Amino acid sequence: MRLEYFMLIDRVVRLDLAAGNITCEAKVPDTSTIFEGHFPGYPLMPGVLLIECMAQTAGWMLVAAHKLQRMPFLAAVKDAKLRSFVTPGQQLLAEAVLSHSGSGYAMTEASITCEGKLVCNADITFRLTEFPTPGFATEMRKRAAAIGLPISEALTHD
Amino acid sequence: MSTTFDTIANIIAETCDIPRDSIKPESHAINDLGIDSLDFLDIAFAIDKAFGIKMPLEQWTQEVNEGKATTDQYFVLKNLSDRVDELVAAKGA
Repeated sequence: MRLEYFMLIDRVVRLDLAAGNITCEAKVPDTSTIFEGHFPGYPLMPGVLLIECMAQTAGWMLVAAHKLQRMPFLAAVKDAKLRSFVTPGQQLLAEAVLSHSGSGYAMTEASITCEGKLVCNADITFRLTEFPTPGFATEMRKRAAAIGLPISEALTHD
Repeated sequence: MSTTFDTIANIIAETCDIPRDSIKPESHAINDLGIDSLDFLDIAFAIDKAFGIKMPLEQWTQEVNEGKATTDQYFVLKNLSDRVDELVAAKGA
């Protein structure tokens, strides 16, 4: 994770587009300026960033499902539950399941576990659009490659 | 057996917390009921699930934006019900 850059996914562990699910690894950094304020003397991973981590996990699944041609933008977060504290250095496993693929939108269910224990979960809705700029699409492809999103599998998926 | 309109009206009432009695076949989802695009995603999701279809929202939006259709054709509820019936019929064809 690079919290300050909103790069919250380290690696795609598993992607099954036919079944509509994804699993990603994300290690909370040992140090970050964010922990200086959240909280002084008691560093905790902010809940909003855990939600963002779930959204990015689901988002990469949708990027792959749409052959890297469409961008999922966060539209709604429902029933978000932050179940336990996450501290610097912890290794997280983020998972998402596609619950509905609509026309121009998608519904997902996402969760994060740490050492087998459920940390948080939420139902997350996305709007799907064309990439607003070519440069954005290029950067997303670079980022997809960097985290090991199986691009060839995504491009040949029906 | 409830009609397509009844099913859609019930979905809207539950999803958007709008009194069921105020939802009429001639109601415009946006102009009369005040449903915004984000709320409509929840409605579309529930309609898709209820009828086993995929409403082509993107295509409808494009047609409206290009002046090829009016919002009335898709968002007046009796018309929306007709569109859903067409999609259900096309699915079974």
